[in-house]
Amino acid sequence: MSIKIYVPRDTTTLALGGEKVVSMILAQAESRGIDIELVRNGSRGLFWLEPMIEVQTGNGRVAYGPVEARDVAALFDAGLPEGKSTHRLALGDPEEIPYLKKQQRLTFARAGITDPVSIADYKLHDGFKGLENSLALSGQMIVDEVKASGLRGRGGAAFPTGIKWQTVHDCAADQKYIVCNADEGDSGTFADRLVMEADPLMLVEGMIIAGLAVGSTQGYIYLRSEYPVAHQIMKEAIANAYQAGYLGENIQGSGKKFDLEVRLGAAAYICGEETSLLESLEGKRGVVRFKPPLPAIKGLFGQPTVVNNVLSLAAVPFIMAHGSKAYADCGMGRSRGTLPFQLAGNIKQGGLVELAFGPTLRELLDDFAGGTETGLPMRAIQVGGPLGAYLPQSQWDTPLDYEAFAAIGAVLGHGGVVVFDESVDMTEQARFSMEFCVEESCGKCTPCRIGSTRGVEVIDKIRAGDKVEANLALLDDLCETMIDGSLCAMGSMTPIPVKSAFKYFPEDIALAHSRMSIQTEAK
Amino acid sequence: MNDLVQWDLQEVQEVITSLKHKPGALFPILHGIQNLAGYIPAESLPLIADALHQTRAEIHGVVTFYHLFRMTPPGRHSLEVCRAEACQARGSRALEAHVKAKLGIDYHQTTTDREFSLEDVYCLGNCACGPSIRIGDDIIGRVTPEKFDQLVDELTTVALEIRS
Repeated sequence: MSIKIYVPRDTTTLALGGEKVVSMILAQAESRGIDIELVRNGSRGLFWLEPMIEVQTGNGRVAYGPVEARDVAALFDAGLPEGKSTHRLALGDPEEIPYLKKQQRLTFARAGITDPVSIADYKLHDGFKGLENSLALSGQMIVDEVKASGLRGRGGAAFPTGIKWQTVHDCAADQKYIVCNADEGDSGTFADRLVMEADPLMLVEGMIIAGLAVGSTQGYIYLRSEYPVAHQIMKEAIANAYQAGYLGENIQGSGKKFDLEVRLGAAAYICGEETSLLESLEGKRGVVRFKPPLPAIKGLFGQPTVVNNVLSLAAVPFIMAHGSKAYADCGMGRSRGTLPFQLAGNIKQGGLVELAFGPTLRELLDDFAGGTETGLPMRAIQVGGPLGAYLPQSQWDTPLDYEAFAAIGAVLGHGGVVVFDESVDMTEQARFSMEFCVEESCGKCTPCRIGSTRGVEVIDKIRAGDKVEANLALLDDLCETMIDGSLCAMGSMTPIPVKSAFKYFPEDIALAHSRMSIQTEAK
Repeated sequence: MNDLVQWDLQEVQEVITSLKHKPGALFPILHGIQNLAGYIPAESLPLIADALHQTRAEIHGVVTFYHLFRMTPPGRHSLEVCRAEACQARGSRALEAHVKAKLGIDYHQTTTDREFSLEDVYCLGNCACGPSIRIGDDIIGRVTPEKFDQLVDELTTVALEIRS
């Protein structure tokens, strides 16, 4: 019998030489006359161990990582095909790796275990159970179940998913749409990508269930163009779902219909904002719309539309398979279920950590991050993407929950955690936040469009030591104008990282000034 | 992908015709043309406008709104460097400076030998293993200045056929 060897096909594995590892494995197996079956699974999200290869043995899987192409011959010498654990890269049973074992994986339960585009594999691991249950229910009953789970939108705004669905369900229309927001533009986030690359059929299933719940027959996944690997895997998964009768005219003989298509974005951060995304899907400039009307009432092509983040839709199959209570039993306060945190930036052990809401930021880092990559102490942590606050040590004991973060003027957003070591110049980070807003503003609101440019200029003056007190007051005033005078989060939240950088790290102003004068003298 | 950018208006027209019936057809059309030609040639705008019953100005407005769509031919290799925070925390600022110096160009420019076009990108989703760059559809992680030089050498080394 052939030996099953798993090598992930996700972006990170490929970015770290995964294809070369695959070629070496094939070459080694052939030259040694070993019969292997190579499976391209998804990553388990332990990115610091990628490329992590796994071998199926009689006693479960054995993992090795991080593997480089040049390690493969030695791994074969050390008995990799038999699953021996003598080589220094041997990790043993992947499920026992503490980084994974300490997690509560609901959404990412299958990640890394299955072939992401295999319908058979998906079904073998509880796939389509939620859909089966849903096909026996009325739309209202599905909506009720999702409401009872307490699921809140995972894109950042944390709006209750069930209530959004109810609104669309209650609208009478010839055509309604399910739109998946897969424009995961926040730096430091990759949970959506991991869903699409490791378990895309879960997203397909979630969208079909959403269609059944609200009475929609057409879904679109708006995927960012920066994710070519996710695009490829998503397309394969959808094609397989069509072939197996899960998409199309008559879903599993139920007489229900649902069509699904991936649409590629074109590198505009603003299109992660739902109304701008809808404009873009319609083939227009991604300019933010006024609300109301809510997209749930007047969305894509003017029709009632559910717009949900990948993670929100991906949570639905679990809820419908195991019941709303199983999901709601995790979490704290009004934040129910789990949130996949994404550890990124300057840390040793970056990756995806799915936990119930509640532990503090410090616990998350102590348990998982493994310290900084550079070995220098951590200094600032940006949580929630480019519009999230930079938090100093004194704030790291805040519990990871939507309300607790809001209470300190920060956001949990999409769960991205980016760590900076002490070499960071926080005035430079503040400047970058404004610069990013210049680059990505859709231009509709003046405070965002022009305020961001003025923001860069004022911060430059502060950094150069030019009338620091007066310019800080001006910057504060500008930030207030952006917060109060912008329609969407781009303009109204850019001040969050800017203000936090100056509030918590004021000592960097003098440092930036001295650094810049040294540079000027050197010239 | 596109050694010397080659396309003819007939092919562009075929892309438009095959996609214009889709709801929200403009994006699929623009992606289709850029995949074919490497950029959106100015000559294609009236054809798109005509097919979608929109004005040329509207099409131009969409093309220029999005960072991805370009109206000039790219170099042989499209290179993107991630500028976002997670990569900054892992040394991307130094990498950016190195890349610009090595290629002798700034963002949105193409080298004079037309080998590389350089663009900035805000996040490739490889945030645990940055700094990251993208060349064509390949994303590469943990890029140091040395690793970058090696990549450039590999991409620009042309195998010469020697006849004896």
